[in-house]
Amino acid sequence: MDFTFTEDQLLFQESVREFLLNEVTAESIRKLWDTESGRSDQLWTQLAELGLTAMTVPEEFGGLGMNELDFVLIAQECGYVALPAPLVHQALVAVPTLINMSGDNADALKAQWLPAIAEGSAKVMVGLEVNMLVEDAHIADLLIMQHGQQLHALTPAQFTLQFNESVDPSRKLYSVEWTASAETLIADGDAAQQLIDGAMDRGALGVAAESLGLSQRMVDMAVTYTADRQQFGKPIGSFQAVKHLMANIAFKLEYAKTPVYRAAYTIAHKQQSSSVNVSHAKLAATEVGQIAARNTMQAHGAMGYTWEVDLQIFMKKAWAYNNAWGLVAFHEQRIADFVLSDSAVIGAGNTFV
Amino acid sequence: MDLNYTTEQTAFRAEAREWLAANVPPSPLPSFDTEAGFQAHREWEAKLYEGRWGMITWPEAMGGRGADLIQWLIFEEEYYAAGAPLRVNQNGIFLLGPTMMEYGTEEQKQRFLNGMATGKDIWCQAWSEPNAGSDMAAIRAKAELSEDGKHYIVNGQKTWSTRAVWADWAFGMFRTDPDSQRHKGLSFILVPLDLEGITVRPIPQLDGLPGFAEIFFDNVKVPVDCLLGESGQGWSVAMATAGFERGLMLRSPARFQQTAKRLVELYKENQASADLDPAVKKAVVKAYMDAEAYTLSTYQTACRLVQGGKIGAESSTNKIFWSELDRDMHATAMSILGARAELLPHAPQAGGVANWLDGWLFSQSGPIYAGTNEIQRNIIAERMLGMPR
Repeated sequence: MDFTFTEDQLLFQESVREFLLNEVTAESIRKLWDTESGRSDQLWTQLAELGLTAMTVPEEFGGLGMNELDFVLIAQECGYVALPAPLVHQALVAVPTLINMSGDNADALKAQWLPAIAEGSAKVMVGLEVNMLVEDAHIADLLIMQHGQQLHALTPAQFTLQFNESVDPSRKLYSVEWTASAETLIADGDAAQQLIDGAMDRGALGVAAESLGLSQRMVDMAVTYTADRQQFGKPIGSFQAVKHLMANIAFKLEYAKTPVYRAAYTIAHKQQSSSVNVSHAKLAATEVGQIAARNTMQAHGAMGYTWEVDLQIFMKKAWAYNNAWGLVAFHEQRIADFVLSDSAVIGAGNTFV
Repeated sequence: MDLNYTTEQTAFRAEAREWLAANVPPSPLPSFDTEAGFQAHREWEAKLYEGRWGMITWPEAMGGRGADLIQWLIFEEEYYAAGAPLRVNQNGIFLLGPTMMEYGTEEQKQRFLNGMATGKDIWCQAWSEPNAGSDMAAIRAKAELSEDGKHYIVNGQKTWSTRAVWADWAFGMFRTDPDSQRHKGLSFILVPLDLEGITVRPIPQLDGLPGFAEIFFDNVKVPVDCLLGESGQGWSVAMATAGFERGLMLRSPARFQQTAKRLVELYKENQASADLDPAVKKAVVKAYMDAEAYTLSTYQTACRLVQGGKIGAESSTNKIFWSELDRDMHATAMSILGARAELLPHAPQAGGVANWLDGWLFSQSGPIYAGTNEIQRNIIAERMLGMPR
């Protein structure tokens, strides 16, 4: 039994954090808001140079052959800076979807796309019906789209996009118009459903991990703000009412982390409990995201309600993640189905089975 | 990361399970807040000691097993799953014992540890005073050295002392330097409760039973060899006693997982009526998740400690989490039980209310004892987040 990350995993997280904090600032994010695509090729190149786009790609396709557990700490850091790039989606959703593909076209698809993903020259996004819209479809070189119990692969010539503006200017959401055909079909029936379920779980894991980072960032911002802001002749952070707003985020955040790490572990090890574990992770982490958004905005007072204060960059993303990759009700029902089933083995001693 | 138990850990679990299956009393013991119940629990402690399951983290030479924290968690899982009795001796073996191993003299260890382990001596804590609750540094009870230097003359009052009514010994902090202020000049002293000048006045709790007591000291002569650690260093010794590892041992996740499991069963038995309020099902799901989360985080911390890591400031989050979880789970059970929730188990219409009411009452104390949750929130804000005092 060892529920800790390795020294290497923690060191890598540390170095990625340093890079991201330097390169992805509130200022750089706001600059991207004023650009046409809202995305930066230069940033993507930097991410690829760090090996981040290659992390989950198997070594035989030029990647680093790492798994969801290796990546989960990186996803957390992406949340901490509200990374305006689809790294988490691609590494946790698109790449495993490609890897897990089987059938006639699978080998060709893998050979064509995985090496390009690894080196940073191609971006692949997955559109599931659960999300209604596809984030970053406008910069995708390949879209893998769900159509009922089928998956289809589309190149840009095969779809048209309509932009749907989000309250979060960093989220680039598109409705996709396209036609399913035998030519675009890459998976059907049970095989497709497995890929769809896997994509769903990994997508939920990704936003859960990012939500941990977002929440931590919001707390850090509010702690700094309330130490500076003075009222009644004192920093407002010295008042218990304000302290308790922050403590209420911090203690819940602490207990959302391990469910996220456990979910990453059970996905990486293909354990049966993984979908229930993911739902737990998603619910716990996005709940903290909502509390963090609410309490840190409160701690900022009227400033928190302004466009100018950078809290919005993190808060709006946290809001969006509450409804992405399965609503609260969906994830609660998945846990309920397990917990209430007659075959469920729960209670002391049954956590790691 | 490897979330599998080792062969040794699995074998250890099997051994614990087997012993518990053969030895746990078939029906629950009476509450240890009654005289008969206290005695029955004391006998159970002796039985645990005989099987070397009383305090498995203690060294083998002292009747323990030298178990690490992971083994401790495994044992607790088996212990609660087996429905074994609550530990009347927990103040001694989990709090004072480890503190004594760290701060006690050789003579003190010889004298006290065995009695603690066998349940011969049951210990209570004596910290709070009428004017020193959350503000423990305001302690005023005095322990002044006698002129011949052989005794402390103890005067003052302690309160909210759990299980003091039938306990044999108390440990706590007293002001040995009468001119001292706040955290300084306090000493950690062990007091036999049968000394002349001691009056223990039971305080009935919400369930009507005398679960805690006031202790009055009127010129009580406590021998100086009952000082634990250095004179005037009581605060440091007490902080070690209240430290995280001890907290982890007192509130390991297993009991909350068992409560969550029983709550799921209660919900399933009453699903038709419970579902009239959709919030109930949500709360049941949340109980399961939060008990899991507490388990996962405790394992993570235990693994880090076993590998030689240190406890961080984040450990101050755990008391809020388990105490509010426990209260929420019991509140949900009360909702499911409906009109029966308030009934004592022997009431004619009580049906299968089991011990939910007892648990509900006890869960109300969780956010208060061992440092109120408001104090815990201050600690998180100041020590973990670095907010200004």
